[in-house]
Amino acid sequence: MKTTFLLNGETVTAEIPPTETLLDWLRLTQHLTGTKEGCNEGDCGACTVMVQDDQGIRALNACILFLPQIAGKAIRTVEGIRADDGTLHPVQQEMVEKHGSQCGFCTPGFIASMATAHATGVTDFNDQLAGNLCRCTGYAPIIRAAEAAASAPVPEWVAADKAALTTLPNAALPTSGDELAAILTAQPNTRIIAGGTDVGLWVTKQMRDLGPVVFLHACDDLKQISINDDQMYVGAGVTIETLREAIAPHYPSFAEMLRRYGSTQVRSAATLGGNIANGSPIGDSPPALIALGATLHLRHGDTRRTLPLEDFFIEYGQQDCAQGEFVEGVAIPLAAKGLKVYKISKRFDQDISALCGAFNISVSDGAVTTARIAFGGMAGTPKRASHLETALIGQPWTTETITAAHDALAQDFSPLSDMRASADYRLTVARNLLTRYFAESQGTLTSVLEVQP
Amino acid sequence: MSVNRPSPHDSARLHVTGAARYVDDIPTPAGCLHLAFGQSTEAHGTITAMDLSAVRAADGVIAVLAAADLPFENDVSPSTHDEPLLATDTVHYVGQPIFLVVATSHTAARKAATLAKVDYSPLPPIFTIEEAMAADSRFEEGPRIYSRGDAQSAIGNSPHRAEGVIDMGGQEHFYLEGQAALALPQDDGDVVVHSSTQHPSEIQHKVADALGLPMHGVKVEVRRMGGGFGGKESQGNALAVSCAIAASMTGKPCKMRYDRDDDMVITGKRHDFRISYEVGFDDDGRVRGIDFIHYTRCGWAQDLSLPVADRAMLHADNAYLLENVRIESHRLRTNTQSATAFRGFGGPQGLVGVERVMDQIAHQLGLDPLEVRKVNYYAEMESPDGGPSAKTKQVTPYGQEVSDFILHGLTSDLATGCDYAARRAAVAAWNAENPVLKRGLAMTPVKFGISFTLTHLNQAGALVHVYQDGSVALNHGGTEMGQGLYQKVAQVAASTFGISLDQVRLTATDTSKVPNTSATAASSGSDLNGMAVLTACEAVRDRMAEHLASVRQTTASAVLFEGGVVRVGGDTLTFPAAAKECYEGRVSLSATGFYKTPDIQWDRIKGEGRPFYYFAYGAACSEVVVDTLTGEYRILRTDILHDAGRSLNPALDIGQIEGGFVQGAGWLTTEELVWDDQGRLRTHAPSTYKIPAASDRPQVFNVALYESDNPEATIHRSKAVGEPPFCLGVSVLMALSDAVAFCGTAYPALAAPATPERVLAAVQRVRGLA
Repeated sequence: MKTTFLLNGETVTAEIPPTETLLDWLRLTQHLTGTKEGCNEGDCGACTVMVQDDQGIRALNACILFLPQIAGKAIRTVEGIRADDGTLHPVQQEMVEKHGSQCGFCTPGFIASMATAHATGVTDFNDQLAGNLCRCTGYAPIIRAAEAAASAPVPEWVAADKAALTTLPNAALPTSGDELAAILTAQPNTRIIAGGTDVGLWVTKQMRDLGPVVFLHACDDLKQISINDDQMYVGAGVTIETLREAIAPHYPSFAEMLRRYGSTQVRSAATLGGNIANGSPIGDSPPALIALGATLHLRHGDTRRTLPLEDFFIEYGQQDCAQGEFVEGVAIPLAAKGLKVYKISKRFDQDISALCGAFNISVSDGAVTTARIAFGGMAGTPKRASHLETALIGQPWTTETITAAHDALAQDFSPLSDMRASADYRLTVARNLLTRYFAESQGTLTSVLEVQP
Repeated sequence: MSVNRPSPHDSARLHVTGAARYVDDIPTPAGCLHLAFGQSTEAHGTITAMDLSAVRAADGVIAVLAAADLPFENDVSPSTHDEPLLATDTVHYVGQPIFLVVATSHTAARKAATLAKVDYSPLPPIFTIEEAMAADSRFEEGPRIYSRGDAQSAIGNSPHRAEGVIDMGGQEHFYLEGQAALALPQDDGDVVVHSSTQHPSEIQHKVADALGLPMHGVKVEVRRMGGGFGGKESQGNALAVSCAIAASMTGKPCKMRYDRDDDMVITGKRHDFRISYEVGFDDDGRVRGIDFIHYTRCGWAQDLSLPVADRAMLHADNAYLLENVRIESHRLRTNTQSATAFRGFGGPQGLVGVERVMDQIAHQLGLDPLEVRKVNYYAEMESPDGGPSAKTKQVTPYGQEVSDFILHGLTSDLATGCDYAARRAAVAAWNAENPVLKRGLAMTPVKFGISFTLTHLNQAGALVHVYQDGSVALNHGGTEMGQGLYQKVAQVAASTFGISLDQVRLTATDTSKVPNTSATAASSGSDLNGMAVLTACEAVRDRMAEHLASVRQTTASAVLFEGGVVRVGGDTLTFPAAAKECYEGRVSLSATGFYKTPDIQWDRIKGEGRPFYYFAYGAACSEVVVDTLTGEYRILRTDILHDAGRSLNPALDIGQIEGGFVQGAGWLTTEELVWDDQGRLRTHAPSTYKIPAASDRPQVFNVALYESDNPEATIHRSKAVGEPPFCLGVSVLMALSDAVAFCGTAYPALAAPATPERVLAAVQRVRGLA
């Protein structure tokens, strides 16, 4: 498969199998060894590169980025971040001066993430760099360097790359849902690759041959977000990062949870459709969407159907999705003002949830009128806590009600013990999250993230 | 003077441009082959059949080797020849290498390695401390015991007593660069090996044995590692030996690097420990008698476990004078990865034991834990200005005199600087107002012994060349893993010649330049290699001075090397001019240097002597906030004051302290290793094993050096700084314990790693709910 893109300012065309990663291509074919392999699964960020297209500039993990995903885009690796005359980029200069590198192995990835943040002007560096692990410095000097470089001018090559994008040929990829539907109808066993943050690991870790594949990132109609009739429709190809920005004004708690979904690199690649369609019991968007009563839109050839999102998840590893059918989008009601989403994990940033609870409760005249509550990590699928909902609806909004409702959760869930948490912890915390929701509604401080030194 | 300056890391510019080369980045000659291990899927068993036909038939496979195919020694152990490169008939843990695939690409080798059909006859595995104790499965004939005074009588006669147990997990190194090696075949069967190792001489030794060569037939080169932390002291042997054997057999260059998951499954980690204790103490918390039992899971092979467990015993006192003390240490053999060196080398584990005891005593007596710590401190070293001093000789539980103790002054400075007392009161007041969230505050000290406890390792060599253009090339036995050793050593050399740093070039560590080196470990890198380089530089400088002086009818002692020039008999020469003049005067401008640490001797069986040349000190105060509903927490603020002696490079030292602290805090908080009941490591990737991320560092993070010359004559009176600050992470564990204690009356007895789950369990314990 032929892929043309800009690499450090030069137009290049690679002709390789569609599931070869950008990282392997850079290191093995181009001998550009500045970009490192640290984990080969998108969790350490040592392979981070800067990617620019008509949507803007993002940092992405090259280790789980297949070459067709960068067709028509501009890539900058660590080798292409300083000026042609050798002048260091401001983030490079500050990393030297602030002692931001020790062993140096994570540094190229940090430089790519930092140069990306610098170009886009964002300064929430803990979040921007949450996907870059460093084992030597303890991060303090790296953050100091990022802060010190923030106000320096953006190098000219950033704009030059953008201007050069128009010179690139279109890639041979489906550009609409119609084309995608046709491909999947013709060859129903075709593997859909959206962001590749999950499927990428099938290649790099399980070393699977994916068979026929189709990429959907060029399907612009699948990347639309629209609002009408108190609903937000989000196309399956919308990235988690875009969803986070779009949902924030409506559901700040949902957006805050998404801030901790993967890392910047992962959120900028991963799509909402992928997070749902892969059927994971620990995907973080389904609990919130189920609690909101979201509707899933599926398409099979020219046939479309909708269903409540919770009905899509049948059991572990089994979804209500035929071969050749694909997730087209999700409709999210916007009226639930009481939504709170709580993600619980060992580490705050870039960690898979032990459990994720979403509470959509409305209280009127001191009593619970409606309750939609869903959890991830508590069963083989993302699932509603229907016994808990029943135990709350119609009851006075009091501590006593909360305490009395706790036991209903044991009827809803028999969670597993695994490396993330024990069954006991999951069940106890699921109960306590209801307590947290109540305490928060009473004005009690409940989030350690809101406490200042 | 170049020393004492905060010069950036010598490779900083290469790091930030991606130009710094690691083993996997070295351009390889054409035809390079790639290696991967087939791994055991059983924790303990006998291999009854191994069908490798599918492996051999896989795409790109050139050769597949099993134990019987190895030409000479089948051993990669750093200690006692109990670690075959490839399993012979018995497997001892899940992940143990059992065969070696040689293929045309890294991916081809990895794919093929999964295709073997291996039958096992299972043997009963031993995973837990209980199982190992019941089966008497251990290294050495029985427990090691060090004691002083009479612990049991002293405990019995004390007005107060306490007992308890603390479990602390192991730790994955998570060096960002995985293990890697590249072997290049040479003339006449010799081999050159590039290895990501802290111990080039051991790689040389193991490769020589594996190829049946004398050591001079093997040259090992290490320019830099992408992190080591102890994980590359012995764990690189298997890759380097494999590459050398495959290169020797095929005549082709051979490279091996572990995929991250393989790295985590195959290689050893920090030893996990259980420490139980019994203590008797006075009303003010002063310990009268204390009895520790250490249990550590060493994994399947001995590796470095004996000195690790020894060092844990040697740090059982931390900063506290324990006059009646007994420490019993069990080194247990289990069917898990062979636990290995990791920053601190057992010291942090031993130290956590006594810090837990201090915390528990304070809780029981209702005293401020810092007061209890201080009342147990060793006495301060004699100070020339008449400050508090040690009136009588005070010794550690192993009989070493403590004559350089500075924690009274250091603690006092830190407590004042971080407003400890007022913040402790503020924490209590805040907690009274907040039902769900609780803050905690704790200050903990470290006293860390510096020297290899295997005394003969405390030696180093160096090689210095001054070229006729005045440029200086240096080589020494230490390896660069990010700590800035090369830069510190270059600073020593530049200072000795009075020239600028850019005139000095450190060359890659190379066993053919400096032989018989020790691992870069035990925080000893700059102490040992800095001195060796100083000696070598002085030898050359003295020859230069002698020659330049004699030409000018003056004395060598009147020749000055400073500011880039040489002043001699009224002449001022640039250093290059001086070098050229010496060259033309037929002066040898090359010298070796050698250093051995003086005054140390140690009997590890008796537990008596002076294992350490000196101690390094520090203290940290951490404040946390805990969610009592979920066990989640944040580190709000940490203040550190640390003793690096007269720092060779304050910027690099502060980097070690910041990084060491965060790594230590990670060990005790989110970094959890989980094995299932089949002995499979379930946390074998960064998706499941969580080292600190950027936001996990303290929100406010103040780190400063404590100004204090090393009383011992170390290199420019500096102190080692690699491992000691790791132990400052303990302040976070104790702050979490402090926060949890606000939930009720019982003692939290918080285990480590204090994941949110363990913190919540402690909250429930304190509340009497569990």
